[in-house]
Amino acid sequence: MMKKLLSAVALLASSLAMAAGPSIPLDKAPIDLHDKASLQNGAKLFQNYCLGCHQMQYQRYSRTFKDLGIPDDIGMENLMFTGEKVGDHITNSMPADYAANSFGVLPPDLTNVARVRGADWLYTYLRTFYVDDSRPFGVNNKVFPLVGMPHVLQELQGVPYQAYETRLVDGESKEVYVGIRTDGSGELSPEEYDRAVADLVNYMVYTGEPSKLESHSLGIKVLIFLLIFFVLAYLLKKEYWKDVH
Amino acid sequence: MFKNLMSWIEYRLPFTDKMNLHVMQYPAPKNFNFWYFFGSLAMLVLVNQIVTGIWLTMSYEPSAEGAFASIEYIMRDVEYGWLLRYMHSTGASAFFVVVYLHMLRGMMYGSYQKPRELLWIFGMLIFLVLMAEAFMGYMLPWGQMSFWGAQVIISIFGVIPFIGDDLTLWIRGDYVISGATLNRFFALHVIALPLVLVILVFLHIMALHEVGSNNPDGIDIKRDNDGSVELTEADKKFTFHQYFTRGGKKVIVDAIPFHPYYTVKDLVGVAGFLLVFAFVIFFVPEGGGFFLEPPNFEIANPMKTPDHIAPVWYFTPFYAILRAIPDPLLGAIAMFAAIIALALLPWIDRGKVRSVRYRCELHRWNLVMFCISFVVLGVLGVLPATPTYALLSQIFSFTYFAFFGLLWLYSKNEKTKPLPVRLT
Repeated sequence: MMKKLLSAVALLASSLAMAAGPSIPLDKAPIDLHDKASLQNGAKLFQNYCLGCHQMQYQRYSRTFKDLGIPDDIGMENLMFTGEKVGDHITNSMPADYAANSFGVLPPDLTNVARVRGADWLYTYLRTFYVDDSRPFGVNNKVFPLVGMPHVLQELQGVPYQAYETRLVDGESKEVYVGIRTDGSGELSPEEYDRAVADLVNYMVYTGEPSKLESHSLGIKVLIFLLIFFVLAYLLKKEYWKDVH
Repeated sequence: MFKNLMSWIEYRLPFTDKMNLHVMQYPAPKNFNFWYFFGSLAMLVLVNQIVTGIWLTMSYEPSAEGAFASIEYIMRDVEYGWLLRYMHSTGASAFFVVVYLHMLRGMMYGSYQKPRELLWIFGMLIFLVLMAEAFMGYMLPWGQMSFWGAQVIISIFGVIPFIGDDLTLWIRGDYVISGATLNRFFALHVIALPLVLVILVFLHIMALHEVGSNNPDGIDIKRDNDGSVELTEADKKFTFHQYFTRGGKKVIVDAIPFHPYYTVKDLVGVAGFLLVFAFVIFFVPEGGGFFLEPPNFEIANPMKTPDHIAPVWYFTPFYAILRAIPDPLLGAIAMFAAIIALALLPWIDRGKVRSVRYRCELHRWNLVMFCISFVVLGVLGVLPATPTYALLSQIFSFTYFAFFGLLWLYSKNEKTKPLPVRLT
């Protein structure tokens, strides 16, 4: 057992060494949970591009519709494709072993992905796929190297590749990675693509914690109440303690 | 009619007398300061944990298959389920915040010294049970950290020679952490440990009321009634239960009845605490990844080790001590010794003066160094174990234990300042 713990500690140490994170700095995700249009567009993108392989098995359609201000009939017509009921969870019908065989790993559930990875990670990840012929799907990723996921948003972004510039580093000219460029074949301009990804991330941040929409407004009320309570309690204490001082 | 009912009860259960004894006529020193809020706040958090816990249990499913989904069900489908869950998860961290400050208060004013040794021991037992309770509770969401954190902590018991392997097997109820482990942890978390906790808290308070509350000056408020004590007008103002005056053998100075003076004062503390507590619950329930760790939003996966396993923040000072020593068995011993040393404080400290206010200068700095060590170890316990951090962990583990060693040495013949006759 001591050996087991030692190996656990060693494993811990080695895994910590790898926890250095992505090799590039993360971009700040320009998201706003109060922007209903952005959330709706994000939901649409999710249903069209992600749901084929990933699920949101803890989130119900009806909850998404309610929180995003989408009437049920419009939602069912535009966002539900395989005849589910509006109270159903957002799942797909891909068998788990088929998915695992296809991608090397089961595509993770995305309900909470923004809470696991963070919005900035997702925003950067979805914008840093690049062509790499050595990979099974022909693409690699700057944030998640050797990821098993194909670049599903390629028809929107166009074919992405890594751009390098020759720059002077410590007196030597070197090829430096300066970002992702595309061949312009995508449906969206680079700015539009960034916006679309931000909407998608916004939606995933929402599904990670739907209560956030409610908690902030309720929280303000609770804090105001407590502040008044604090003042009254303090005055009461002062009144009683007149006897003591 | 009501009066008749009350006297009927009174005859069979002396309610008024007991209330007077413990609340209305309990003599509390009049000079309690900020540090004295944390005892009542710990009680408040305990009640919060029990009440929210009961409601969470109504929708939680204790099985490896259903636990994670049931938490998400609580977060999304149960009315105000998210609020209950955040009150409970934030409450766990709040519990340790107030308990650590409560313990520090005891250390500053020597509240563990004679005659309060048993009171202190009950407190340490509460702390131990609380750690077990928090650890088992953290497993219930069945997220990645629930699983892997438990993996690391249970394996600590495996270093015990001869019985280690069998012991971990016995704790897990399986060869690996599984649904069997989850189910037994659930049972312990919701029934066994809370029951023990409540009983210990009861004993803690009974022991407190027997010996009386200490105070920031660390001097007694109960004096022998041999005519040597001059009572002021203020001393004569209040009546205290005759139990505390031993039927006139004792006089009580500089005290006020617990109710209404400290009940209204604690109410201010409660309001202040709730402001911070509510802010966390409604605006930053994850506590920056320290109260709810990000990997725990992913379902437990025995095949996938998270990048970075760190215990929840309240365990990290002890975890850092565990990691500081390369040999696992010695590390585990050091970790438990860090807790046992605290429990033995009444006997390690051989001083006669209680409060840091009147003790030697060295004691003041020793206490400051202890606090620094504890906090730095807490930070190091979260960070990866690089060689630099490992060295720092060793240094601060040493200073942590040095507190007790030094205290034992200098407290025997300590040069103390003169004690005041009355509370200041």
